Amino acid sequence: MPIEFEAPKPITNAQFVLKTVAEEMMRPKSRYFDEHEHEIPWDYIEFMHNAMKAMGGSSLAPKENGNGNDTEKEKRPPIGYQLIAAQLEALSWGDVGMYHCLPGGGLGAAAVHSAGTAEQRAKFLSRFSGDKPTFAAMCITEAGAGSDNSAIRTRAVLDEKTNEWVINGEKIFVTGGDKSFTEYEKLGRGFIVVWASIDPSAGRAGMRAFVVEGGTPGVRVVKLEHKMGIRVSDTAAISLVDARVPFENIMGSPTVEKNMSGFKKAMATFDATRPLVAATGVGVARAALEFLKEKLAESGVQIRYGLPRQKLTSIERDVIDMEIQLRSAWLMVIKATWMADNKKPNALEASMSKVKSGDVTTRITQKVVEILGPLGYSREFLAEKWFRDAKITDIYEGTGQINRLVVARQILGYSGAELR
Amino acid sequence: MYSFDPTEEQQMLMDAVKKYAENDLRPAAHEAEETSELPKKLVNKGWELGLLQASIPESYGGFGERSAVTGALAIEEMAFGDLAGTLAVMTPSLFATPILLAGSEEQKKEYLPKIVAGEWSPFTAALIEYTFDFDPNELRTTATLQGDHYILNGEKAFVPFARGAESILVYANLDGQSQAFIVGKETEGLSIGEEREKLMSLNALQMYRVKLENVKVSVANRLGGASGCDFDMLLASMRIANAATAVGVANAAFEYSMNYAKEREAFGVKIAQKQAIAFMLAEMRTEIEAMRLLTWSAAWKLDQGREDAANEAYLASTGAADMAMMVTDRAVQILGGHGYIRDHPVEMWMRNGRGFAMFTGLAII
Ligand SMILES: Cc1cc2nc3c(=O)[nH]c(=O)nc-3n(C[C@H](O)[C@H](O)[C@H](O)COP(=O)(O)OP(=O)(O)OC[C@H]3O[C@@H](n4cnc5c(N)ncnc54)[C@H](O)[C@@H]3O)c2cc1C
Ligand SMILES: Cc1cc2nc3c(=O)[nH]c(=O)nc-3n(C[C@H](O)[C@H](O)[C@H](O)COP(=O)(O)OP(=O)(O)OC[C@H]3O[C@@H](n4cnc5c(N)ncnc54)[C@H](O)[C@@H]3O)c2cc1C
Repeated sequence: MPIEFEAPKPITNAQFVLKTVAEEMMRPKSRYFDEHEHEIPWDYIEFMHNAMKAMGGSSLAPKENGNGNDTEKEKRPPIGYQLIAAQLEALSWGDVGMYHCLPGGGLGAAAVHSAGTAEQRAKFLSRFSGDKPTFAAMCITEAGAGSDNSAIRTRAVLDEKTNEWVINGEKIFVTGGDKSFTEYEKLGRGFIVVWASIDPSAGRAGMRAFVVEGGTPGVRVVKLEHKMGIRVSDTAAISLVDARVPFENIMGSPTVEKNMSGFKKAMATFDATRPLVAATGVGVARAALEFLKEKLAESGVQIRYGLPRQKLTSIERDVIDMEIQLRSAWLMVIKATWMADNKKPNALEASMSKVKSGDVTTRITQKVVEILGPLGYSREFLAEKWFRDAKITDIYEGTGQINRLVVARQILGYSGAELR
Repeated sequence: MYSFDPTEEQQMLMDAVKKYAENDLRPAAHEAEETSELPKKLVNKGWELGLLQASIPESYGGFGERSAVTGALAIEEMAFGDLAGTLAVMTPSLFATPILLAGSEEQKKEYLPKIVAGEWSPFTAALIEYTFDFDPNELRTTATLQGDHYILNGEKAFVPFARGAESILVYANLDGQSQAFIVGKETEGLSIGEEREKLMSLNALQMYRVKLENVKVSVANRLGGASGCDFDMLLASMRIANAATAVGVANAAFEYSMNYAKEREAFGVKIAQKQAIAFMLAEMRTEIEAMRLLTWSAAWKLDQGREDAANEAYLASTGAADMAMMVTDRAVQILGGHGYIRDHPVEMWMRNGRGFAMFTGLAII
């Protein structure tokens, strides 16, 4: 295929449908849930669950060929991750916090998809197309281990008598942790993917991910965070005290190898998910920029594209710069997901897309609030909310700095020891 | 579908151009800049790669078909070698490509076979004017219809190879619209500055001021004939060329400073091992990628005849100019004091880098 920028039909279709969803189901509730932190948006969750079932989709992990029930699928290259990126961008344009309340596995399912065996995928991922909306979450971060996730202290020890893993530790900042773990009447049974060490002396090589079923005894949601933005998305602290997990719920080898292949495989999840998080940032930024342009148009301010910089007003310069950044950030997301779909190694492009999106979404939302003055700062409009929501893009799924490190190591050919 | 792979043919062309850029243009760049001379042989060799020839159909003496994407890919690779050399090699396109895209049948027949046959020959175009807020859509050089002629008046700046050019495509304001006119070298009222333009960079590229005093141009010599041309589309092609060359120069500066940082030691480690340097490099690489993709997208839209192509070309050109300034500045910074010394090419790239904000009109693809 030559260089081409024609959005494939499934993507334009999804964008069309999700724009309506965003306008009808998300935007009208954005402010309410921002002001009622920790309330669960049940109507939206149920609506989305049914809608996704009707459309034949259920989780963040792409279908094997990414083309759904399309009969022409054999003829087409896969577009699974590209389609998800477009969906997340469109939903995040609606409300990025509510996007996180999308049932269907999120990062937890993505981890099982990329690091699990075929049996594990079958066992854990089928639940998302069940009758009730179902969630899954990813638990890596601990109070003492954020960017440096090799510092995690959660331990998993095999109890040979019962052939179960016994897990102890405290996880924080688990997105969707409550909906994934706590047993709600309206939800199917979810799971959390918990990172723990099976051999602390082995460092990273000893780290494994475990699927911990919702409601497992010994596991408790101990806190829901109060946040600057994306308030409708629950961010949970979860404690595990002698939590017992079946042997087969470990992802990767149950013994420690020297080559760290298990760890590397798990980290490879990020190559798939970083561009998706980048896509959510692009969605928020687009919402803010479009809103700004609407308000400017209402006030009779036109943007005169095509003029040399010297002739532009300050507002025109800003808007044009924002468009350049937004558009190019989106193209980087598309390229990184296109590489993932085509099984091209994309660690560099995935992290670059996240660096770019983290920069662009924070800068655009900050600029929009500035330009809108009192309208931007007022809670009557959503611009100030998008400003608060956007900031998280540069923090989770690898901070801006961590992604710069990944990019730098890739281009310089350095190991983690050479550039830390 | 989205796709980011050049075709096999494009890849072959890019490889050939890259070889020329690395083995010929780059080694000659320093001396060319210092002496303000580009060896004719060097330019001819670049010409023989056939970038222009490959964009012109057989019926007009070429051997291919014009594609803005292919053009952008190739010219980025060439600018990676040296910008002044690239602009020199591509100068005949300034005249030929608008004729190909917007010329009348007679104009195509008259000029294209002549230009693409044989050696590089000086045909050029004059767009830029000497005002601080130069705007290609509001030219001060005017064209007025008088009977069956247009009368051109005004002054053009930075016209590559104007001295010795067979014909110059002059852009002028006709009733508020930018249009182009073919002006032969012997035309009365056309005068070309004696002295070369002196700029902050591009010393190696001969450029001249061009004056037009009541220059008479027949209607047949208006680009596109009596009905004129779609200037927006031509401007978009120039902006994409500007963006692509900006990406090429930025990439040169990035690569050079990265390699330097991997060798240079300070405080017991390679400076690339310091985050202050490594993060700059990561951002440089990221921003180059961002603007490369935006340039490709604009080029693709232009090839497809999309309505928003002109706007995307504007965004790409504006964004790539900013990016090139940022990246080349950092490249000098990474080399420290040595970056400031002309023995290393980064300071020249930084001087190039500032230019992309106003180079539109010096290249077209
Ligand atoms: C709302 C929200 C949702 C989240 N969801 C999840 C989730 O679902 N699952 C999960 O496991 N985690 C989640 N996280 C955690 C998130 O991934 C971490 O916050 C993030 O990785 C940063 O870790 P930290 O907060 O401990 O910061 P730290 O690691 O302490 O970083 C502090 C600062 O130091 C910088 N820094 C760190 N190391 C380096 C270095 N080597 N070089 C240069 N600078 C460095 C960082 O960039 C940052 O600026 C979430 C966080 C939030 C806020
Ligand atoms: C025009 C000119 C005049 C000068 N005049 C004098 C003079 O009169 N007397 C004199 O003694 N010297 C003079 N200098 C030298 C000048 O002070 C040095 O060039 C300067 O100190 C930088 O050193 P360097 O060039 O070796 O760069 P390097 O030290 O090699 O630095 C290269 C890059 O690495 C960065 N870097 C280095 N160490 C670190 C670190 N630990 N962490 C992060 N980044 C780092 C630098 O900031 C720079 O970006 C002059 C230089 C010039 C260009």
